Amino acid sequence: MDNLTWIFISALLVNNFVLTYFLGLCPFLGVSNSLETSARLGLATTFVMLVTAVCAWVLNTYVLIHAPYLRLICFIVVIASTVQFIEMLIRKLSPALFRAMGIFLPLITTNCAILGLAIFATNRGYGFVEGIVYALGAGIGFTLALVLLAGLREESELSDIPALIKGTAMNLIIAGILSMAFMGFAGLFSSA
Amino acid sequence: MKKSDSYEEFIKGIWRDNPVFVQVLGMCPMLAVTNSAINAVAMGMATFFVLVGSSFLVSSFRNWIPKQVRISCFIIIIATFVTVADYTLLALVPKVHKELGAFIPLIVANCMILGRQEAFSSRYPVRLAVMDAIGMAGGFLLALFSLGAIREILGDGALFGIKLFGENFEPWVIMILPPGGFLTLGVILLFFNWFKFKKDEFLAEVAEAERGGG
Repeated sequence: MDNLTWIFISALLVNNFVLTYFLGLCPFLGVSNSLETSARLGLATTFVMLVTAVCAWVLNTYVLIHAPYLRLICFIVVIASTVQFIEMLIRKLSPALFRAMGIFLPLITTNCAILGLAIFATNRGYGFVEGIVYALGAGIGFTLALVLLAGLREESELSDIPALIKGTAMNLIIAGILSMAFMGFAGLFSSA
Repeated sequence: MKKSDSYEEFIKGIWRDNPVFVQVLGMCPMLAVTNSAINAVAMGMATFFVLVGSSFLVSSFRNWIPKQVRISCFIIIIATFVTVADYTLLALVPKVHKELGAFIPLIVANCMILGRQEAFSSRYPVRLAVMDAIGMAGGFLLALFSLGAIREILGDGALFGIKLFGENFEPWVIMILPPGGFLTLGVILLFFNWFKFKKDEFLAEVAEAERGGG
């Protein structure tokens, strides 16, 4: 199978960042209470992931071969400034969207899925195009998991659930079942 | 008086404000590396080192860090300690380092650590900040260990790689796979909820009885 397609599908489903690698769980559990906000947050995260992938590639190729021990510090500074930059950009271009995103924008900095993406892409030695495809797959996979959980949570609001299990405990158990469902994708590439 | 102060900061992280079970912070490493007890303990120790070190440094410099760029300063301090932990583990226990893989660098993005700097270390003197960090990191280590131990016992029939049951034990493989992490933590949180529920009920009963008596 085509290598790029493989990378995309793998990041999207088989090795879904949230449900298999446990990355980005804070927003996954924290902001998945409504479908709309979770979709929006997912898209913003995907965008930051794309920018980070490009920056990580540039850093890896030109800077970090000379000083590999600075990798972590460089990545986190790049991510923090990218998020800051996007925040300013959105505020300038579309104040309405900025208000709608609210607190979620700055919080993307501490989303470990983004740093994880940069580190995984480095460890696997992805090139420029591969890195972008990987970021796209991971971002859409993150959005998918977030939207799925938000949908399930919205449904569960209306049903009769014991007070004891409501809240994080139930969300984790729902996430566990979702994760089990995603395990089904693991066989997708065994023959390839 | 002074002693009880720091004791209070220490003990609140272990139990009352446990970062994982009560505050639900730092979930990513919590679930990702707890498929065996040894990985969980290694991760807990690394986080312990990073949290105590950065709390000490942030608290020492708290009067020199400008308010506007404090988050960036915290993150750079944390990233430095994580880099140290990363290379130390690589040198001392290469096998564990390999298994933890990308999750050691990801300690940087552990929201519990940044949260402690923002909420505590940047406001209090060094001694209290370090006690708070030790308590929080100890609570985190405890949570990691309990989750790792439960998952390893159920999913592998072993603890720290030593087989606990006889030949006939059928490992519950799902527990060491990703879904097991979510399910185990869900059930533990459920237990904590139940505990709080019972305590509230008990307190309400006591209050009721006191009102009745008075």
